[in-house]
Amino acid sequence: MSMNKISRRGLFKASAMVGGGLMLKLSLPVNAMEGDATTLVKSNELNFYVQIASDGQITIYAPNPEMGQGIKTALPMIIAEEMGARWEDVEVIQAPVDGKKYGLQGSGGSMSVFRNFDTMRTMGASAREMLIGAASLLMEVEKKELEAKESQVVHGSGRSMSFGQLASVAAQQPVPDPEQLSYKDPRSYTILGSSVGSVDNLVIATGLSKFGIDVDVPGMKYASYTRCPRPGGKALSFNEEEIKALPGVIDAFILQPDASSGKASMAFLRGLAALQGGVAIVGDDTWSVFSAKSKLKVNWDESGASRDQWSQMIEDARDIAAKGGGEVKKAGPAVDAAFADNNNRVQEGFYEFPYVAHVCMEPMNCTVDYRKGATADLDSMEIWLGSQFPFQVKEIAENMLGVKQSNVTVHGLRMGGGFGRRAVHDFAAEAMAISHRSGLPVKLTWTRTDDIHNDYFRVGGFENMKAAISPDGKLAAWDQHYIGFANNGKPVIGSGLRGNELPMVAFDNARVTQSMMPVDTACGAWRAPGSNTNAFVEQSFIHELANLAERDHAEFLIELMGSRRWIKDGNISALNTGRAIDVIKLAVEKAGWGKTMPEGSGLGLAFYFCHAAHVAEVAEVSVDADRNFTVKKITAAIDVGPIINMSGAINQVQGSIVDGLSTMALQEITMSNGRIEQDNFHQYSVMRIAATPEIDVHFIQSDNKPTGLGEPALPPLAPAVTNAIFAATGERIRTMPLSKVGYKLV
Amino acid sequence: MSRYKLQINGDDVEVDATPDMPLLWVIRDKLKLSGTKFGCGIAQCGACTVHVDGVAVRSCVLPVSAVSGPVTTIEGLADGNDLHPLQTAWIEHDVPQCGYCQAGQIMSAAALLSTNSQPSDNDIDQALAGNYCRCGTNVRIRRAVHTAATFYNADKGNG
Ligand code: FES
Ligand code: FES
Repeated sequence: MSMNKISRRGLFKASAMVGGGLMLKLSLPVNAMEGDATTLVKSNELNFYVQIASDGQITIYAPNPEMGQGIKTALPMIIAEEMGARWEDVEVIQAPVDGKKYGLQGSGGSMSVFRNFDTMRTMGASAREMLIGAASLLMEVEKKELEAKESQVVHGSGRSMSFGQLASVAAQQPVPDPEQLSYKDPRSYTILGSSVGSVDNLVIATGLSKFGIDVDVPGMKYASYTRCPRPGGKALSFNEEEIKALPGVIDAFILQPDASSGKASMAFLRGLAALQGGVAIVGDDTWSVFSAKSKLKVNWDESGASRDQWSQMIEDARDIAAKGGGEVKKAGPAVDAAFADNNNRVQEGFYEFPYVAHVCMEPMNCTVDYRKGATADLDSMEIWLGSQFPFQVKEIAENMLGVKQSNVTVHGLRMGGGFGRRAVHDFAAEAMAISHRSGLPVKLTWTRTDDIHNDYFRVGGFENMKAAISPDGKLAAWDQHYIGFANNGKPVIGSGLRGNELPMVAFDNARVTQSMMPVDTACGAWRAPGSNTNAFVEQSFIHELANLAERDHAEFLIELMGSRRWIKDGNISALNTGRAIDVIKLAVEKAGWGKTMPEGSGLGLAFYFCHAAHVAEVAEVSVDADRNFTVKKITAAIDVGPIINMSGAINQVQGSIVDGLSTMALQEITMSNGRIEQDNFHQYSVMRIAATPEIDVHFIQSDNKPTGLGEPALPPLAPAVTNAIFAATGERIRTMPLSKVGYKLV
Repeated sequence: MSRYKLQINGDDVEVDATPDMPLLWVIRDKLKLSGTKFGCGIAQCGACTVHVDGVAVRSCVLPVSAVSGPVTTIEGLADGNDLHPLQTAWIEHDVPQCGYCQAGQIMSAAALLSTNSQPSDNDIDQALAGNYCRCGTNVRIRRAVHTAATFYNADKGNG
């Protein structure tokens, strides 16, 4: 086959064509699969993250799982910078899943850069000191006369030795005391802050990158799994003989629900990963088990199944909003007095946002080889999957099947999208149970329908808003009633208010209340949980108030910030009003705020703070008489501190904006008697390329610690667009998706 | 189960499959070429795009019994040692995020460039209308196709 016709020589030819100031690493890894890290020629190990071969090749291990957020490139860049390595000499390999060596190997909450920055710097500086120690021995000069740069250690006299020449001696040097290490002055950075192409671009562009779904292990069979269409139902019987007689089918059996797999050491995962009841089919290839699945006739026990009904939930929420009340989160001193004052003007609005699915491009899948031991404590398991927290599946193996965690090997592969979905491992529990029951190594692949129906959805919800504006055009009272969802009495992830949102965090006369309705549909973390819907409501309603006050929106928003201050000094999770004001000012300046717009066009502004990031966005939108709307341009201004990888950072912002637009314009999951009504992309679509706006990104690289960008550029997008539609048409949209209220994205 | 003769990336192969098995699963499970991806199975997302006789098709809905010409997958797009201009442009523009959709995007774009070496934004939007990118790399995909077109034309001029 023509799989591996691409050689290093051919690639160097390609690199000569490439320009544009992007730093590139063009070499084909020995094998893109993490598991093969160990088969590389062992070169001199300076620490768990850094190896240097005598030919100068530097290998850096990327600790955290990659799902498209760029962490596999960003973290090694920090090490390479501090070492004084040339990026071109660096090969990045995904580290094995091993918490003892690599700490918390998780990707979520946009925190990987912030959490790991200091460790990465330490690893780089430590390797650099060992190389300098080796050079001082070999060159017989003082360490302080030496400097590491460009993959060399250079002496003041001009003499130098390459990292490759120094590697074997450096590996024997004592490991420096981290307290004694010094770090580069950021002004001398050559790698950090530049544009670096993702380390896996070449294998991706040539089709050689291995995702979880691409795993192929010796003797492997293929599996499908079918749950009850109403979540919580159990399989009683199925047309077993007919299914087993189908071509390519090896076995078919029922699995009972197992709650033990839902125990987890990470609190937010607890109860989420429980194995659901259903029917497994094992066969010779994916198609055989998919087509057999489509012929399944299952007799379900639906006595404990979900009866969730989205249309009813909307009615109930309106009733709750009309009655008022709810749990009081904040009680402003004179809210009712402000509403009773006839001099004030009052605005009200009821907002609605739907459940949405993750629809990672790569459907959930997991490969498991369960091996029975001579005695139970010798049972072992090897697991291959794309996961945001791969170490978590070891706990499922132990809790559900009694396999000791020390006997479980997990291979974390590149993820075809995560967005929070791959933080939960229900699909891995299924694959484990199928391998255990069948005694075969199996790859379980979900159909797209499984992937949508079995999702842990972004929770839908409602907010009833009311506010008063004083005669001088200032906010006089704010009343926000959140109507969300709870399971077993506990609000689901992303439902409810945290109390750190604008304006209540900076404005005293606010009343914030919360009511919860019960839900059985599974909910989970979806890119910027909570923020992605609260931003829509709060930033739209602030615009409503600016209009009522007949004030400029940007000016009104900045006034709400009050004086420049950090709400909780030194706490990156707290709003810094100065940084907020700066990004708002920059966004409006770059977007040409205030310019005269043609008929049917408008500019809309929104700001949001989450994940330690201050983000302002301005949307430029045009709308025709039939409510077809086009988002022409998004201008984003962002402060996440210093940027690690400029190309990666801009990519995340562009992606968040496209994702935000796709979601707010098109996407809605509905439940009918528990069943999820959307089966595939024909009923749940993703934005097509033609609707993509121009995206203009500006960073304020403030003097703060660098923080992540996987999520925070998404929340302000929806209100920026609906505020722009208001500016263009005078029509206020309080419901997402926009397709539901007659607006079509074109 | 029947035996089918196929030409994949220039190689002649024979596979045993049921007539209704989509080309996608023949490529992935039988031939172990995993660059072509599964996304929906109903011709909505484009992750499974390959060329049959030089034309971009959704392999998830094309039964193996209906394959009527030579097949090219992402693994066969490079010309021996030389990357296809689109692959080079994809790297130059740092297009991928998760990367899962990108083989399909590149195969759709390659079919476009083979018949239209100077595509407009509109041509690109049309040719790639059947390809989802859940990560939202759309802006860079457009730019990379334009860049590839310039490489493509330069290559032809040189050749
Ligand atoms: S998998 Fe073929 S179009 Fe989606
Ligand atoms: S890069 Fe992830 S779906 Fe396109």
